[in-house]
Amino acid sequence: MLGFVERTVTQVGTTMVTIAREVGGIVVMTAQVLRALVPPSPASLDGRELVKNLHKMGNRSVPIVALTAFFAGALMLVQSAPFVEKLQAHALAGWASGYAVLREIGPILIALMFSGRVGANNTAELGTMTVTEQLDGLRALAIDPVRYLIVPRVVAMMVMLVALTVIGDLVSLVGAAVVGKALLGIEPATFYHSVVDNLKPGDFLHGVYKSIAFGGAIAITSCYFGVTVKGGAVGVGKAVNAAVVAAAVSVMLLDFFMTYWLG
Amino acid sequence: MIELAAVKKRFGRHVVLGGIDLEIPTGACLGIIGPAASGKSVLLKVMSGLLRPDTGTVKIDGADLTSRSEEGLAPVRARIGFLFQNYALFDFMTVGENVAFPLTRRGGVPADEITARVAARLRAVGLGGNEAKLPSELSGGMKKRVGIARATIALPEIVIYDEPTAGLDPVTTSKVYDLLRADQQSTGATVIAVSSDVDALCRFVDTVAFLYQGVIRYQGPAATLADAPDPVVRQFVRGELEGPLEG
Repeated sequence: MLGFVERTVTQVGTTMVTIAREVGGIVVMTAQVLRALVPPSPASLDGRELVKNLHKMGNRSVPIVALTAFFAGALMLVQSAPFVEKLQAHALAGWASGYAVLREIGPILIALMFSGRVGANNTAELGTMTVTEQLDGLRALAIDPVRYLIVPRVVAMMVMLVALTVIGDLVSLVGAAVVGKALLGIEPATFYHSVVDNLKPGDFLHGVYKSIAFGGAIAITSCYFGVTVKGGAVGVGKAVNAAVVAAAVSVMLLDFFMTYWLG
Repeated sequence: MIELAAVKKRFGRHVVLGGIDLEIPTGACLGIIGPAASGKSVLLKVMSGLLRPDTGTVKIDGADLTSRSEEGLAPVRARIGFLFQNYALFDFMTVGENVAFPLTRRGGVPADEITARVAARLRAVGLGGNEAKLPSELSGGMKKRVGIARATIALPEIVIYDEPTAGLDPVTTSKVYDLLRADQQSTGATVIAVSSDVDALCRFVDTVAFLYQGVIRYQGPAATLADAPDPVVRQFVRGELEGPLEG
């Protein structure tokens, strides 16, 4: 009995220490990135790396984000179709879909997709660079890996997640409109007016603010777990796993608190 | 002058460096040998400021590396060329970009001169014309030579080679050491090299340090290494199976 208690306490303690260490590391990396960016200067980040990452992380994510967003928007209307029919609220179908998509479904779904595609890739890439001594190689050449590798990735992820969320919002509304016409016979013009007459800019901005925060969280966690990889390929695999889990948890926590505070 | 005083470094419970005292005069050519996992690569990283010792001091020309921040270490590191055991080539860059990187990042060298110097350095290591290839297209030996080209292109005052000839055939090994010797003689750089190929290394360096169980057991001329008074050193150098060396 005593052995079981001892083991349990030890396990709980070890887990707490591990979590505290990871959270501390993420906070330190956030501070390093902010220190590099504030005040802004030409040395804050490498322009070539930024452009390369914007392209790699953003442009190449558009097809998968558009596909996901289209069906997410369509799904909103499929779920609400029975109630719209029952209440004969066809003129509010666009508002309902838009409200859910712009404020919640769009930012969260696209952030999780982005984390799985871009965040995981980023962790694997940085993790491989770490285990093959490439980060030490940069430091040996008097180059700060945070400014050269991390800062451009963080900025690129934040910018591109916002851009992808805006694109995703539009595509999901198109998806909802297409399904609305197919299932409920709602004319596109009716759907359009339902959206623009009832939704406020604040609803759109609510999602944009969230995507900025989600982008930062995904970027920092994916970079942190990448540069702290230990071991070889197995270590990289574990780091990718940890990064995706941490990003998903961060996104959900941020979503809750931002929804609570932003209203 | 590189000075290490009472340098200790441990990872968890494993003591890697147990109190290293070492002085390397400017322009010297020192080889570091020792059994696998004896801390040779850790010692090189501590010397260059890439790893901080737990205790002790590391000074380069009087500048204490252990008391400096990462930013404060940058000017010191700019004077050092480092060849890593695992090459550390940037896999998102071509061979040419890798070799040019120290020059392009530091600035002040015209683009056409960089191109010419990269071509010349790659020819010197027997890889002329491979500028456009990616590191993933090269063999281990070729990557090692690209690493040598990158470590030396900016003519650093201190050059650190971690296993410069690992994975190379004997002829290429001799060519590489000839190149390193010629470089060292023309620039007067301080050279520190770690290698498992003791014979080839001893033909290249002037003095040798033998690292075993975290301490230096021999430091002296390469020529008299095989006759060192310490039986551990003699057994290692002679490759004898029987002796005090723990396997």
